[in-house]
Amino acid sequence: MRLQFILSEIGLGLRRNLSMTISVVLVTFVSLTFVGSAALLQIQIGKMKDDWYDKVEVSVFLCPQNSSAPTCASGEVSEDQRADIEAALASPEIKPYVEKIYTESKEDAFTAFQKQFKDQAWTAAVTVDDMNSSFRIKLTDPQKYQLVADVVSGRAGVEDVQDQQRLFDKLFSVLNHATLLAGGLAAVMLLAAVLLITTTIRLSALSRRRETGIMRLVGASTFFIQLPFMLEGAIAATVGALLAVGGLWIGVEYLVSDWLSESVNWIPYVDTADVLTVAPILIVIAILLAAISSLVTLSRYTKV
Amino acid sequence: MIRLENVTKVYARGARPALDRVSLDVERGEFVFLVGASGSGKSTFLRLVLREERASAGRVFVAGKELGTLSSWKVPQLRRQIGAVFQDFRLLPNKTVFENVAFALQVIGKPRHHILTTVPDTLEMVGLAGKEKRRPHELSGGEQQRVAIARAFVNRPNILLCDEPTGNLDPTTSLGIMRLLDRINRTGTTVVMATHDDEIVDQMRKRVIELSTGELVRDQSRGVYGSDR
Repeated sequence: MRLQFILSEIGLGLRRNLSMTISVVLVTFVSLTFVGSAALLQIQIGKMKDDWYDKVEVSVFLCPQNSSAPTCASGEVSEDQRADIEAALASPEIKPYVEKIYTESKEDAFTAFQKQFKDQAWTAAVTVDDMNSSFRIKLTDPQKYQLVADVVSGRAGVEDVQDQQRLFDKLFSVLNHATLLAGGLAAVMLLAAVLLITTTIRLSALSRRRETGIMRLVGASTFFIQLPFMLEGAIAATVGALLAVGGLWIGVEYLVSDWLSESVNWIPYVDTADVLTVAPILIVIAILLAAISSLVTLSRYTKV
Repeated sequence: MIRLENVTKVYARGARPALDRVSLDVERGEFVFLVGASGSGKSTFLRLVLREERASAGRVFVAGKELGTLSSWKVPQLRRQIGAVFQDFRLLPNKTVFENVAFALQVIGKPRHHILTTVPDTLEMVGLAGKEKRRPHELSGGEQQRVAIARAFVNRPNILLCDEPTGNLDPTTSLGIMRLLDRINRTGTTVVMATHDDEIVDQMRKRVIELSTGELVRDQSRGVYGSDR
């Protein structure tokens, strides 16, 4: 009887304030979609770091023929220059930071280049002599890039020193800023959601003042009086959270898995499994939102 | 059943007290009329007994409990022992007669079979058998008040508080309501009724407590409405 009664009260309340209920659902939907997007962006960054930081290396590109760099004034890198650079990399001050050095000849570079851009018409115009031979240095600590770069850059025979991590860090910083933006919007929307749920519960409580008045009079417990209102808010917010999970799932499935990973396939992407990891967090946030709003409102509007 | 010891109630700081050092005792099973002009403190008395208000000074005992020290989560338990009836009936317009009475049991978690047997019994007792499916607006004033009394009495409270229950009713209908309250009183329920209806008070010859600007001015067994008659 109790459960049935509470359920019917909830149904009544939700229907009586249908437009408010729908707006609560929509606001929590939008705000939690932002929260979820922020979380997925962070997961994306984590995945890329895991995947790439292992492969990150410092590339020391040696002079090819016809380079315009001032350190390449003597033409293609000579054996003496090469030995000089190798000696510098083996010097005691940077030795501890270097895990491994391997050499890529210009022929290797050419093969890799042809393979990577085999579909492009202009690859035919590139010759072996256009390519750089290079030292690829794997660091024990990717943060110590600058030390290594300082030692080799500016030496005769070195055209350029590139740290791949620098490139990634730019991308990560873009993604981090996107996370901040999504998080900021989420915070604003969550505030709107709390206010809206508060208003909805208050309206609902006011429209049922007669009922709650009689309930108090005949000795219904405070919990019993407040429960339907709390559950109303919680149900609306949870529906919003489920919509957000659904929206993110569709977004990841069709935008990322079906489209992005087909067109730019060298990046590991978030997938729908990650959405399911985020889902419980979103639902918990929704329930917390509703609980906070209920506590704030009900203590004032359904006093014993 | 109800005892007030030197009870004072002040609503706003500095204002004249709504009740001023009132002491009285209502025994189990008594029928008490509470009379006095508007603003004399009758409603405040009822609100104190229901613990809708707390006394500013003095002690209020209801059903053996001191309300000043009663924690607020025990208040619902107290109110289950008290029925309350008002001048404006306070029925739920979108519920039927049966549902209105059943509501009082549902919200305190009574089981379904208990409700299905108790509610028809109570409706029969108040004289509304056969009108279970009507809605309040389809009933006369007297019938609506009977629904309200049924709702107040359905949980068999020890105390029934009535705040001018006949205030909106004609004399004949009022008499019917009084007979009903008398019957309820005979089951052992303590009835406290605030009223302005001198004819009823004079006719019933029950204990009369008169308040005037918050002070107890008369407590008379088998009394009449006006002290000067």
